Amino acid sequence: MTSAGGAVKAQPWKDPTARPYVQVDRVCKSFGDFKAVDDVSLKIYKGEIFCLLGASGCGKTTLLRMLGGFETPTSGKIFIDGEDMTGVPPYERPVNMMFQSYALFPHMTVEQNVAFGLKQDRVPKAEIRERVEAMLDLVKLGGFAKRKPQQLSGGQRQRVALARSLVKRPKLLLLDEPLGALDKKLREHTQFELISIQDTLGVTFVVVTHDQEEAMTLASRIGVMNHGEIVQAGTPSEIYEFPSSKFVADFVGSVNMFEGKLIEDEPEFVRIGSEELGGTIYVSHGISAPPEAVVWAAVRPEKIFMSTAAPEGSDNVVRGAVQDIAYLGDLSIYIVKLPTGKVVRVTQPNTSRHAEAIGWDQQVYLSWDASSPVVVTR
Amino acid sequence: MALPFVWLLLFFVVPFIIVLKISFSDIDLAIPPYKPLLEWAAKHTLTIKLNFDNYAFLFTDSLYLHAFVNSVKVAFISTVFCLALGYPMAYGIARARANVRNVLLLLVILPFWTSLLLRVYAWIGLMKANGVINNVLLSLGLIHEPLTMLYTPFAMYVGIVYSYLPFLILPLYSNLEKMDWQLLEAAQDLGCRPWQAFYKITLPLSRNGILAGSMLVFIPATGEFVIPALLGGPNALMIGRVLWDEFFANRAWPVASAVAILMLILLVPFMMWYQSVQARESAGAR
Repeated sequence: MTSAGGAVKAQPWKDPTARPYVQVDRVCKSFGDFKAVDDVSLKIYKGEIFCLLGASGCGKTTLLRMLGGFETPTSGKIFIDGEDMTGVPPYERPVNMMFQSYALFPHMTVEQNVAFGLKQDRVPKAEIRERVEAMLDLVKLGGFAKRKPQQLSGGQRQRVALARSLVKRPKLLLLDEPLGALDKKLREHTQFELISIQDTLGVTFVVVTHDQEEAMTLASRIGVMNHGEIVQAGTPSEIYEFPSSKFVADFVGSVNMFEGKLIEDEPEFVRIGSEELGGTIYVSHGISAPPEAVVWAAVRPEKIFMSTAAPEGSDNVVRGAVQDIAYLGDLSIYIVKLPTGKVVRVTQPNTSRHAEAIGWDQQVYLSWDASSPVVVTR
Repeated sequence: MALPFVWLLLFFVVPFIIVLKISFSDIDLAIPPYKPLLEWAAKHTLTIKLNFDNYAFLFTDSLYLHAFVNSVKVAFISTVFCLALGYPMAYGIARARANVRNVLLLLVILPFWTSLLLRVYAWIGLMKANGVINNVLLSLGLIHEPLTMLYTPFAMYVGIVYSYLPFLILPLYSNLEKMDWQLLEAAQDLGCRPWQAFYKITLPLSRNGILAGSMLVFIPATGEFVIPALLGGPNALMIGRVLWDEFFANRAWPVASAVAILMLILLVPFMMWYQSVQARESAGAR
């Protein structure tokens, strides 16, 4: 389950004939001089969990609010189910939103909160009761119908907010940091529940989050945002394994970045000389960059092997001294200092209970596969 | 800790007991113009004489009932007008940007820096036959003879609503200011038009503010004396006016005291209501 957004088994974004459910077309949003969202185009397909991932202030929430109709794009258009949403107010969109603060109505019970949207649509009373009850059961709040929001825990409020936004059976649900207020254990648990609920109801989710782990777990695809732009969109594994820029490589997961110059540029392989590394990096695939260009080779910490004996070959090998070790239980993080002064992060799974003793200040060799580095040019 | 109680005792409880005492005494041509309650009737016999005549008298003369009913009516109508004017103002202030908000609040409080009496006199200047309003309207050709505004119920309501508006705006503002405006977005997201969201979310959530502000207008407006006397003309029969006349024109202190006590009894339920609303509000309950 690399991409847990299990609802999308097929990959409609690879099918050029597939019709996107949500289409964001060159949308910009400025607040005064500040460009919150800068020329964003996106296609989101039915049944997807699409995560907008970025640091705070990157424009992800503004983009979400434009989908919900709470902000108007300065330029560009948004289509939902083929319909132009320009000028359509929130209360007329086939969209519901789960707010970061949950925005539960404090003067109403859980039941009344969930029923609110249905009452607004003049759904018959008996049906309201039925649907509210079913929805509360789905989010496991069956016994809490008569409580007020203030009498609930954070996790329970999150469920009420989810139930309230889902009970109207929207085609598209917008979630703003849905798990932000929950503690880590509860968050992990709720992530999988969200996925299973999404799978059951077949709703399309657009989720805003700053937490890359959350995005990786939930998303069928991730759009990484920076300074109002989508810098890369793709499946979690594409984003992680094939980041298109230094920013993405660095933002999603941790990475060791070595600056260098192309010294051999063949269609089948490249060789990079890196002063930072104090050696050469051999990459077993071609890249498109001008000769002599400054490039960065990104190597994930878990893709680096560490040994006390010298491995064969001279490419992709470097010597260093262990500076720090963090034992995390399932894995350990080693901070290795190279003679050049560069600090490299290496993670190793603790497969054995008596791990081979690599200790502080020990001299080690670091090496990696020729297929591991990702070379980015910006 | 003790100081507030001393304060209350000195400036509230003691005067109240004195007024209560006078309301049960006989009228007398003396200084002060009433007879003492306690008297040494004979040696070793202290008699206490409680005279309920003053209260009984209030129910025999329809003037008093009239004045009471009219006071409540005037206070009620004034409260409604204050609410109609003050709610949008409080709402606007609460939703304004922080720097604008402070200016607006200052403008609400500003009139308190001059005396109420001066402000009421200013209204006379505005509303009298050759006052500012009439002159402007005449010079614009909108009217051909001056409107009679001063010494009418209209002038009295203008005065009361103007004077008490800040008392409604401030508690309502402090309530609305705590409002989570995202709730309105949530309501719109669930299908409410903006006015429906206002009606279903903002209004019920500002209930305590509405009640507190209304009480702060209604309670003092019921006993209002200066404004009806200066702007309302001779027909503005309000209980404060009656009280004044009994005390100073008739020198009937016992009857005046009885009027005061009855007015207090009339207003106590509203004050208690206000107290409980305040308690709820500070407890954060909705």
